[in-house]
Amino acid sequence: MNSPHALQPETIAIKPPGLIHGVILGAFCLGFGLVLAITDRLTLDDIAARALEDRQNSLAQVIPTSLHDNNPVTDTLLMKNAHGREITVYRARKQGRVTGVAYEIFGTGYAGEMKLMLGLSADGRVLGVRVLAHKETPGLGDKIEVKKGDWILRFNDLSLGNPPAERWKVKKDGGQFDQFAGATITPRGVLAAIRGGLEFFAANKAALVEAK
Amino acid sequence: MSAYKDIAWNGLWKQNSILAQVLGLCPLLAVSTSLVNAVSLGLATILVMVLSNFAISALRALIPYEIRIPVFILIIAALVTVVDLAFNAFLHDLYLVLGIFIPLIVTNCIVLARVEAFAAKNGLRAATFDGLMMGVGFVWVIALLGAVRELIGQGTLFSGIEMIFPTLSGFQILPVEYPGFLIAMLPPGAFFVLGLLIAGRNWLDARANARMREQRIHHQVEHATDHANSAPA
Repeated sequence: MNSPHALQPETIAIKPPGLIHGVILGAFCLGFGLVLAITDRLTLDDIAARALEDRQNSLAQVIPTSLHDNNPVTDTLLMKNAHGREITVYRARKQGRVTGVAYEIFGTGYAGEMKLMLGLSADGRVLGVRVLAHKETPGLGDKIEVKKGDWILRFNDLSLGNPPAERWKVKKDGGQFDQFAGATITPRGVLAAIRGGLEFFAANKAALVEAK
Repeated sequence: MSAYKDIAWNGLWKQNSILAQVLGLCPLLAVSTSLVNAVSLGLATILVMVLSNFAISALRALIPYEIRIPVFILIIAALVTVVDLAFNAFLHDLYLVLGIFIPLIVTNCIVLARVEAFAAKNGLRAATFDGLMMGVGFVWVIALLGAVRELIGQGTLFSGIEMIFPTLSGFQILPVEYPGFLIAMLPPGAFFVLGLLIAGRNWLDARANARMREQRIHHQVEHATDHANSAPA
């Protein structure tokens, strides 16, 4: 029992099944990988269509239809934001003149990145902000969604000068916007995203608004 | 047939995933802030439990014991991804509500626990039924937890129901002036309420046991010789 070789038979016995187990595990990975690939293929087009619908819906929420006679979803401009990230700018026009722009802005929330859509009028006022995607805590951070609260509506009509840039923060950080109960990081991230979006507009106003 | 009765009783009460096994706390605490959220996650969990119990019971002869856990996790994660994609593509409105909860189901160890403890050792029909019953057991407790937290936390019930049924709306149960009680909405509140629910279950069980013991003593006095057989199986 105390012999140094006592373990040997076991290790020898385990080796061949170990190999088989590896093969079986590999086969399961292959099989379920295939299931995932097939599901992905079957749902790809539908998911893309739903995403486009969602984009149209969220655009309609941040740029009122009365402002344009074109289809902003197809009137786009590719630009790089301050972080070097490529963003699509959707432009609303009336009789050829740009009346508003909308583009995605990004903020860091409690649980990763939040994606929002910011709509601005040609003179830089916020027409609307909506959350497109986030991973914030259900019941706490998700109050940034318009269906769960009107917090996100408070930015309408504001601009970079109103209030001044340094007041575009949550109250806890010396700004003028309420955080909500139990969550500070989420609103802070949203505010940083909007401020960044407004600064992007200020820096690129000519390129965004001039009719082409 | 009584085997199915046992499965149902285990899922709903005796082996209840939350009250008895105290499993799946991560999604439980994160999502039970309101009744609608809780039930939504619960229904998605039932779906995944039924599917995973079914799949693993069907494949159980092919899964070597030594590597069963990685295979189970592989299957559960794959099924959750399939459900996630299918909801996104074909039930998009529901997905917009449930979407963030579906990936959370992978972290619910009750799914793995049932697969390991039941589906891997039982036939298709029993395993599927067990998935359903364990899922229903999960739903009723998380619904109760969500309702209590929502009521104490913000004085409402069914808030957010309009996301699922646009024609309905939530109820203000307590007066509108009710200031809310934030801690009920935060994880500590979830622990407090869950602790009380578990205590309640234990109290009910203890009472039932005491009554049974009393009956057994009567029984034993009458049949003093046949000790072993008088204990219920």
